[in-house]
Amino acid sequence: MSSIGTGYDLSVTTFSPDGRVFQIEYAAKAVDNSGTVIGIKCKDGIVMGVEKLIASKMMLPGSNRRIHSVHRHSGMAVAGLAADGRQIVARAKSEATNYQSVYGEPIPVKELAERVASYVHLCTLYWWLRPFGCGIILGGYDRDGPQLYMVEPSGISYRYFGAAIGKGKQAAKTIYKVHDEAKDKAFELEMSWVCDESKQQHQKVPDDLLEEAKVAARTALEEMDAD
Amino acid sequence: MNFTASKQPENCLLGPESDSQRTLYPYVTGTSVVALKYKDGILMAADMGGSYGSTLRYKSVERMKPIGKHSLLGASGEISDFQEILKYLDELILYDNMWDDGNSLGPKEVHNYLTRVMYNRRNKFNPLWNSLVLGGVKKGEKYLGTVSMIGVNFEDNHVATGFGNHLARPILRQEWHENLSFEDGVKLLEKCMRVLLYRDRSAINKLQIAKITEEGMTISPPYSLKTYWEFSAFENPTQGAVGSW
Repeated sequence: MSSIGTGYDLSVTTFSPDGRVFQIEYAAKAVDNSGTVIGIKCKDGIVMGVEKLIASKMMLPGSNRRIHSVHRHSGMAVAGLAADGRQIVARAKSEATNYQSVYGEPIPVKELAERVASYVHLCTLYWWLRPFGCGIILGGYDRDGPQLYMVEPSGISYRYFGAAIGKGKQAAKTIYKVHDEAKDKAFELEMSWVCDESKQQHQKVPDDLLEEAKVAARTALEEMDAD
Repeated sequence: MNFTASKQPENCLLGPESDSQRTLYPYVTGTSVVALKYKDGILMAADMGGSYGSTLRYKSVERMKPIGKHSLLGASGEISDFQEILKYLDELILYDNMWDDGNSLGPKEVHNYLTRVMYNRRNKFNPLWNSLVLGGVKKGEKYLGTVSMIGVNFEDNHVATGFGNHLARPILRQEWHENLSFEDGVKLLEKCMRVLLYRDRSAINKLQIAKITEEGMTISPPYSLKTYWEFSAFENPTQGAVGSW
């Protein structure tokens, strides 16, 4: 599926003859090569999970957080270039506190998604900026209930029931098994939720519940493999 | 020559227009806050009055608020400045929560932050017109401190603001001791608040007592103290007084 955009891919301000902006597509490739990030919207909340591929055995478990709280009621999970992700999270936090400061209420998730998407899009408009190399799954709980959004490096943002980005995104959408044991053995699972049970606050999934989920997942996998 | 719409920057000390940017006097004020350390944590008392000069205008003002998980803030002075301080602290605590690193701001840290804010505002001649009491418990350690509008800060086993310094502190110096029980602490605070009720003109008889311990913070519903006005010396106050009428 790789197409050579000779000559038309040198700058984000250049269109190709068939109407594509190659730099943005290349940015999306950075997202596709990273560990999978999944978000699911449920009746009473949102769950987000990240497959953190461990680069070195020396890394402390629990470091390199991929899921960040943006305000009390919402959180973002980032796939792609981690440093780019940090910038976006910082910007989202700033937008959220500014909204609260001006309007006196937590930023509606829709508004937050729009602001993050505009910011990501902004960096695709100027030749002296490069697009962000990360995809974001944004989950939050406001007056209109739980909502899940996904923002791509192009600046597109849609609302989803379930979303996946990264290496295993196709697998997540079809097979339900995302992790490739052969190629990426070592990984850490990071999960967070916002739901009625967490009092509409975004937080890490409690350890005992996370363990339960891991056990259930492993048994389900074994059953699947047994068929 | 100034052609643009004139709005002088905040840090300009000179010129009549910049005066409208500074706090010159308070408008709606709260009176004393009294607090003491007891066996399990901190007890703090404040009445619910907001005075508009000499008028007791607002009678349901909550002058004590929890800050994060470990602290309790009580304020006397300008109520709108107190609300502004709560906004700053809300943002501080929010950012602290978002780190999600297992740590959280304790009373000592919040007290230091408030001291910096108050002192720096005072240096710009634009103070937040409050006297603050900050108490809390973190990891078993009790902390009780105060900051004034000019940035004077210290910690002690018992503190008070405003009139409380003159009327309540002497009582506390006599009767406070280490490891007070909750009941004794409340009785002691009520004694101080009763004296303040009798003698401070901006005190009202509707108060709350807040307690903060390792487990968390609770604040009592508003209640009033029993007072006695039948002292014989006040029966006929002018009897035997020398004067023309």
